Amino acid sequence: MSNSLSDKRDREIITPSLREIAADWSADQEVFRHTHWGKAMMWIFLLSDTFIFSCFLTGYMTMRSSATLPWPNAAEVFALNIGGQDIPLILIAIMTFVLISSSGTMAMAVNFGYRRDRRKTAKLMLLTAVFGLMFVGMQAFEWTKLIHEGVRPWSNPMGAPQFGASFFMITGFHGLHVTCGVILLLIIAFKVARGHYDRTGDYSAVEITGLYWHFVDLVWVFIFALFYLW
Amino acid sequence: MEHEIASPETTAAHEGQQHPISLYLKVWGYLFLLSAMSYMVDYVQIQGIVRWTLIILFMLLKAGLILSIFMHLAWERLSLIYAILVPPLLLLVLVRIMMVEADYAFWTRAIFMGGGG
Repeated sequence: MSNSLSDKRDREIITPSLREIAADWSADQEVFRHTHWGKAMMWIFLLSDTFIFSCFLTGYMTMRSSATLPWPNAAEVFALNIGGQDIPLILIAIMTFVLISSSGTMAMAVNFGYRRDRRKTAKLMLLTAVFGLMFVGMQAFEWTKLIHEGVRPWSNPMGAPQFGASFFMITGFHGLHVTCGVILLLIIAFKVARGHYDRTGDYSAVEITGLYWHFVDLVWVFIFALFYLW
Repeated sequence: MEHEIASPETTAAHEGQQHPISLYLKVWGYLFLLSAMSYMVDYVQIQGIVRWTLIILFMLLKAGLILSIFMHLAWERLSLIYAILVPPLLLLVLVRIMMVEADYAFWTRAIFMGGGG
């Protein structure tokens, strides 16, 4: 039989998976029963946040595509003069690398949390918070620079006034998320260091904090591509 | 990657997510590489449809890596995966509607407001 291999795959992998989905969704209270409640709640919150950021980005797309005045070139607006040379978008590139690094240290913190390594978990979470603060600091610098250049939420000397509105709205809301994330990281890192989760025997809080933090990075991936590279 | 399909055992709350650190370092490296590549798209000024293809491709690859490995979605129950991934996909309908609307607004401004507004 030529298709016996795919039959086998159907029987052993696909069919049970579909059955699992059907069973989970067809019965009351089954869908999230196998997931830690806090993790399920964080996912639902993040899903709602996905819709908020999607609406911002879609609104930005609508404003930009309908603007009749020229849209400023992001590569030039966010260039920095380093060593007498203008390097396009360099500040945003550095911010991106800092945020990705913070995601890396956070993923490792979650891992060490489940290994019950209190010291390493707390240290890695603090390092993540430091990366987060660096990101917010660079964003403050970016905002200051643009405000000095005369960009406002309602006007923009470089062209379309909608640029100011979408820039402050999108990066402002993302920066708020990062700031909240840093506060959350510090609180949970403090609790880890104090041995709180060793007493309760449940380190899920670290993973849940991680979900929030990775989401902030995930949103930045879309902002980087759609706002700065467009 | 050689990971098995999520079973109740691997997703149970008390077990947690146990993966080798090297996996995270590898993903970290890939994310750095993909970010550098999307930055290069702008740096070397690739334009047109190629630019858009590359930007969207790198964006989706990065998002996929973060979601599946860092956020452990690859090891979650399928019901949860679908509950999370399907609703945002519906937003593409909104995006499409707003593209049409933006096009209409643009031409209205260009024709009736002399390019202003």
